[in-house]
Amino acid sequence: MVTKTLDIQKIRKDFPILQREVNGKPLVYLDNAATSQTPQQVIDVIVDYYQRYNANIHRGVHTLSQEATDAYEAARHKIQKHFNIAHSHEVIFTSGTTQSINLVATGFTSFLEEGDEILVSAMEHHSNIVPWQMLCERTGAILRVIPMNLDGELVMEAFHKLLSNKTKLVFCNHVSNALGTINPIKEIIDAAHKVGAAVLIDGAQAAAHIKADLQALDVDFYTVSAHKMCGPTGVGILYGKEEWLKKLPPYQGGGEMIAEVTFEKTTYADLPHKFEAGTPNICGGIAFGAALDYMNGIGLDVIARYEDELVQYATEQLLTIKGLKIYGTAAHKTSVISFNIEGIHPYDIGTIVDKLGIAVRTGHHCAQPIMDFYEIPGTVRASFSFYNTKEEVDKLVEGVKRAKDMLL
Amino acid sequence: MTIKEIQEDIIDEFSMFDDWMQRYEYMIELGKSLPLIEEQYKTDDNLIKGCQSKVWVHAELDGDKLVFTADSDAIITKGIIAILIRAFSNQKPQDIIDADTEFIDEIGLKEHLSPTRANGLVSMVKQLKLYAIAYQTQLK
Repeated sequence: MVTKTLDIQKIRKDFPILQREVNGKPLVYLDNAATSQTPQQVIDVIVDYYQRYNANIHRGVHTLSQEATDAYEAARHKIQKHFNIAHSHEVIFTSGTTQSINLVATGFTSFLEEGDEILVSAMEHHSNIVPWQMLCERTGAILRVIPMNLDGELVMEAFHKLLSNKTKLVFCNHVSNALGTINPIKEIIDAAHKVGAAVLIDGAQAAAHIKADLQALDVDFYTVSAHKMCGPTGVGILYGKEEWLKKLPPYQGGGEMIAEVTFEKTTYADLPHKFEAGTPNICGGIAFGAALDYMNGIGLDVIARYEDELVQYATEQLLTIKGLKIYGTAAHKTSVISFNIEGIHPYDIGTIVDKLGIAVRTGHHCAQPIMDFYEIPGTVRASFSFYNTKEEVDKLVEGVKRAKDMLL
Repeated sequence: MTIKEIQEDIIDEFSMFDDWMQRYEYMIELGKSLPLIEEQYKTDDNLIKGCQSKVWVHAELDGDKLVFTADSDAIITKGIIAILIRAFSNQKPQDIIDADTEFIDEIGLKEHLSPTRANGLVSMVKQLKLYAIAYQTQLK
């Protein structure tokens, strides 16, 4: 078999934003874990939607409404196929991962009793901690934390010990946004199911790098945000197993989610519409489908191989800087490198490299518990995508060196 | 020197640099000369809210003048607070209350900071003025 490689020059031309300058320097965009950039192919789909068939879906009999509905539903099918989901009505369009999680957390209110337990991993994004805390406040359930070790890996022995018949829900990210760790989600799902607990996996950070087969994983819920995988902001999905989605009460009331309404009683629409109240982000959904087409055109396996090589190179090069420490050294990780230089605040490094045209994230990455664990105020985080190059890695390393010379 | 005169000096100094890397280098130098707060005053009460890096400011009266000391865990933030303290420290509280802060815009500081840092800068100025108001009441 011939291994497909990635034509980096051709790919970079697909992303108009990569041509721009920042502070008089060519942009080096290394904040892909926060949001990925958008290829022209997806931008074209967005423009085309507003130029040709902008209309409200599932309502009108007119042609534009039909075309918009068809395109939106076609996107749902693309997502279904991409993640190997059994039924397209198990794909719920949301505004993104945060809303997807809140939908489940709110829905679980009626399923939990005082003393029930929710397990959450220690390496979660704030958006993954707060909804469960709120759920616990509403129900009297208890939040338990799956600990991690210094490499940024979950301590699986501890996880297995935490599981009991009190465990009703386990929540974990597929890939940590702050550390890049790929978590052993299959082991987590199987073990949780043995005690009868449901599992929600946040795939926001994983989806651009790993093609998840949701039926093979046997996961109960999985969330994705389009903007982390070359799609637009403000749209994402909640995958839920049909049996769960049928049980969960509607999240929001509004148009589209109803079958019949009188002032006495409303009957809710079937899946997926029960969870899609109001006019959705129609254009966003369609563009999400286009983003998947774009990424699959290259191949997620090809992308993953290229990124792994890039991250390995970046890791080696960054470690040549004296005093630089990388946080998150898990055996399995994707394209995130979180680091600090001894004696320098991450904000200072971020500020200086920004002046050199390099976009990195600094701070706690909405994962304060991780920073508390390492007893640091934050890190500098460089996160890579398939359109980044080794030359850009070199610029990052030079920039960090220059910042270090200035700051120490 | 009056606050206005000091501010004009700062504007002059910043206009000598060609690019923002040089300005940052200068700010880092200024940060190193910041009159440091005594450890005992590095308390949560003296932490300025709205800054993403930690900034502590302490104020005390020396005669009829207010003297500021400060510290931060980030060096560029230290530079920013050093500029502010240079402009406002060792001045009468009423003068601090009355002083305008346009020099910050004139040296282009705000537009060259990330929004979170710019917010932090606004919080710092506000905090210095709040100290001035508190001590002005005390003086009366």
